[in-house]
Amino acid sequence: MSSEQLQFRNPEQAEQLADRLEALMDDIDEPVTLMHVCGSHEQAIAKFGLRSLLPDGLSVRMGPGCPVCVTNMPEVDEAVAVAEQGAIVATYGDMFRVPGTQKSLADARADGAAVEVVYSASEAVELAAENPEEEVVFFATGFETTAAPTAAILAADPPPNFSVLSAHKYVPPAMEVVAEMPDVDVDGFLAAGHAATITGYGLFEPFVQEYELPVVVGGFEPVDVMLGIERLLEYVRDGTAGLENAYPRCVSEAGNEQALETMWSVFETTSGEWRGIAEIPGANLVLREEYAEYDTRERFDVDLDAGGPDPLTEQCICGDIMAGKADPDECDLFGQECTPGNPVGACMVSSEGTCKIWHEYGGHPDL
Amino acid sequence: MADKSNADQKDESVVTLAHGAGGGAMRSLLDDLVVPQFAGDGESTVTEPAVGLPELDDGAVHPVGDGAIVVTTDSHVVSPRFFPGGDIGKLAVAGTVNDLAVMGATQPTALTCSLVLEEGTPTADVKRVIESMAATASEAGVQISTGDTKVMENGEVDGIVVNTTGVAYVEGGAFVTDAGLEPGDRIIVSGTMGDHGISLLSAREGFDFTGDLESDVAPVNAIVAAALEAGEVTAMKDPTRGGLANALNEMAGKADVGIELEDGAVPVNGAIASAGEVLGIDPLTVANEGKVVMAVAEADAEVVLSAIRGVTGGEEAAIVGQVTEDHAGRVVVDTGFGRRYLSEPEGEALPRIC
Repeated sequence: MSSEQLQFRNPEQAEQLADRLEALMDDIDEPVTLMHVCGSHEQAIAKFGLRSLLPDGLSVRMGPGCPVCVTNMPEVDEAVAVAEQGAIVATYGDMFRVPGTQKSLADARADGAAVEVVYSASEAVELAAENPEEEVVFFATGFETTAAPTAAILAADPPPNFSVLSAHKYVPPAMEVVAEMPDVDVDGFLAAGHAATITGYGLFEPFVQEYELPVVVGGFEPVDVMLGIERLLEYVRDGTAGLENAYPRCVSEAGNEQALETMWSVFETTSGEWRGIAEIPGANLVLREEYAEYDTRERFDVDLDAGGPDPLTEQCICGDIMAGKADPDECDLFGQECTPGNPVGACMVSSEGTCKIWHEYGGHPDL
Repeated sequence: MADKSNADQKDESVVTLAHGAGGGAMRSLLDDLVVPQFAGDGESTVTEPAVGLPELDDGAVHPVGDGAIVVTTDSHVVSPRFFPGGDIGKLAVAGTVNDLAVMGATQPTALTCSLVLEEGTPTADVKRVIESMAATASEAGVQISTGDTKVMENGEVDGIVVNTTGVAYVEGGAFVTDAGLEPGDRIIVSGTMGDHGISLLSAREGFDFTGDLESDVAPVNAIVAAALEAGEVTAMKDPTRGGLANALNEMAGKADVGIELEDGAVPVNGAIASAGEVLGIDPLTVANEGKVVMAVAEADAEVVLSAIRGVTGGEEAAIVGQVTEDHAGRVVVDTGFGRRYLSEPEGEALPRIC
């Protein structure tokens, strides 16, 4: 671990910040709900047991911050279908076990399909170069942090047997949808530092103006998270909305302009269903017309009439959990029918998913 | 989705890689398919083992004369077959020696070696594996005295599969299980955690991390012998597949006690910790192949610790936690910030995307 990382893992500093949170909550004198929109934040909170440091009345919940979890079942079905048609499907490890309507890619592989776990978009391109006789499909998922590298390889003239099945997502419209949900009462957002390294924190300014809610961009070490919460509570105490970068060692206002330029030259936004949450305008990233030759959806004919989903999925409350309306242990399936080894909903698959995180670490402060 | 068939339907489920990754999936496979078929009914004429299949311990214990025979077996497949810090041969011998050792049988009597070789495997590779097995057996003070070799057609098996079986004799009832923990016992690990799993995962994927990532594969019987000599060890396991997390959860579950772990006290090699951060995999949830975790009576904890530290390979041993009555069946970690569970890993370890 680097010395910088250790510096942000100092329990004493975190406890001093906890005292400040306590004082701020005394001033505010009513319950406060903050939402973060990144599985890495939930990881940090649960893995380090940070909820036990939060004062009474302060709730920090996870919103739609796991790109794997919001990937819609039919998108997984598309990947399974092209794998079953004989293509080599390359995807990130997190996606491997995410259930589609009937099958996950892991199930497809157990049934004989060629599914490869890759660690980067460029590794998927290498796979295509090594197998020139085969169709190689990169099932591309994730927010801006992984969409930018997918765009970079498409812009760099990949082999003709390579194509991209994009399930990339774009976060800002999802924050708007959650902020507008009538039964969700959020006092401020902790935004994800990883994605903001690409997009820049300036991206959130219109959101702050329109919804009059504070947004603080935060890092992922325990002290980073506590600092982000402290800044948000200061806005809540003052009754103001503002935008702040509490992760300046990685995030700038403009972001990575070159990566953004490439990303928007390859992708455009479209309306799409986020699993369990809603149809969100402008929150899915699809390939532009200029890149149609590399678009799996143009190259393969996929018939998605796959039959009904597992009846258990009707009891799954992933959608409510990702909207910040429920905790994982309020789900009847949690830890029973739904476990990381045999997940019903995607929130139980990814290390970024709320259910998986709570199953692994426990989520409540009073252990 | 797999495994959702009703009993009255034809069972069309298939074995998946998750079944092989230890944890709950593996246990249900054993509980459903294996254990009930092999475990005796208590009425037959065969000698019932003192520790048998239903215990799912690291080996079996069969009373013989005034003592007992401990026996264990393990099949090894690993990719790549030569990796930083060891190879499949060293792994196969150390694994079996260690399974015997954590049952309290620190002086193995004999080892076997069964090889399944894929047509086309370089003989130089086989030679290297065999030489490594011989050297490791010699280090552990045992001879490989019988074996079997099969060759399968290209593609029917992946390169080299090694099975080893180990047998040892222990005096009286002096064996140790993984279930004997008592509240108040201290938990000791014999060294750094996660070295084998994280270094293999990195080597397999061709990650080029700076720093030397190396497997810890080695026999631990000398370390265990020193510990048993020094004080009262109430339970032991070698934290292989699923790592310390799997071992401690199994121990807590079987003894129906809780375990509290101090996160800061668990030794983890710096390069391993960094690689684990990048991969998104906790070093406490992946395999060790040259370590032992044990519960020791509170009064003996310090002397057992210094005895372990006096043996080569045990220098970084540490007391990492204690056994509690609270949280029965679970492992709770104090992170310095707050408390959380350390859970059994389920399924293959999959690196995250962001």
